[in-house]
Amino acid sequence: MIGLAHYLTVSTILFVLGVLGIFINRKNIIIILMAIELILLSVNINLVAFSAFLGDLAGQVFAMFVLTVAAGEAAIGLAILVIYFRGRGTIAVDDANQMKG
Amino acid sequence: MMQIIAFYLFAAVLIASGALTILARNPVHSVLWLILAFFNAAGLMLLLGAEFIAMLLVIVYVGAVAVLFLFVVMMLDVDFAALRSGFVRYLPFGALLAVVLAAEMLFAVGSWQAGGVQLAGRIAPVHSAASNIQQIGELLYTRYIFLFEAAGIILLVAMIGAIVLTNRPRSGVRRQNVAAQNARRPKDATRLVNQPVGQGVEL
Repeated sequence: MIGLAHYLTVSTILFVLGVLGIFINRKNIIIILMAIELILLSVNINLVAFSAFLGDLAGQVFAMFVLTVAAGEAAIGLAILVIYFRGRGTIAVDDANQMKG
Repeated sequence: MMQIIAFYLFAAVLIASGALTILARNPVHSVLWLILAFFNAAGLMLLLGAEFIAMLLVIVYVGAVAVLFLFVVMMLDVDFAALRSGFVRYLPFGALLAVVLAAEMLFAVGSWQAGGVQLAGRIAPVHSAASNIQQIGELLYTRYIFLFEAAGIILLVAMIGAIVLTNRPRSGVRRQNVAAQNARRPKDATRLVNQPVGQGVEL
């Protein structure tokens, strides 16, 4: 029978894939944003799995809020990406040093 | 039995498409793999009985976020081959970090013991009298109403922020000037002429 640990394992692998995606695509910020979406998706799977196996609906409500934040983050991130591209003609983020940060 | 097959199918396709999202050469393919991953995650959530979240995943993630990614990827004229130049160089370190992180997390999941979970302490126990979406609605509009409105404000701020960030004044574009239109009066624009017969109109 499929238990909680199965879902947690899937979500763990997805989380690690997201982290790996951030590391290996360090120049391409579009892929980085997609990797962040993968990470948030794995968090959502975690929340919903715990919610289902505990029989507590609060987890699903919080998964909805995570979804909200993910949507907002994608919109803002892509807007920043568009103006970055407009200013520099490239989206290579590893040479973003104008703010001297 | 059917449930087990469905779980392994959804999980395998989810992980495979997640891996291909970060490994694909073409970002458009990445977005399409991401959409497949979202669909399979929605399938997993259906298996868990969270129908509302599953549908929300399809509507919000696939319908809005992934399409937004697709728009941006296709709109920007970027040389994506140059962006992959560091791929091989970062791969060993990234893989090492990923393996360590995965091992740690799987170890934690494997050795995790909740002890006696106090089921009486649940915030919103599932009752089978109503459907999933009705129970979530009852919870969302009562107990979590302030969080719900805060989520709405977050979306509003994100929308305004995205518009403000990407809006730019364009030159050489004729735009509607509402104030000038409203300030225009008939006496500025028209005149009455008592036209004599047999002569042309003097404009």
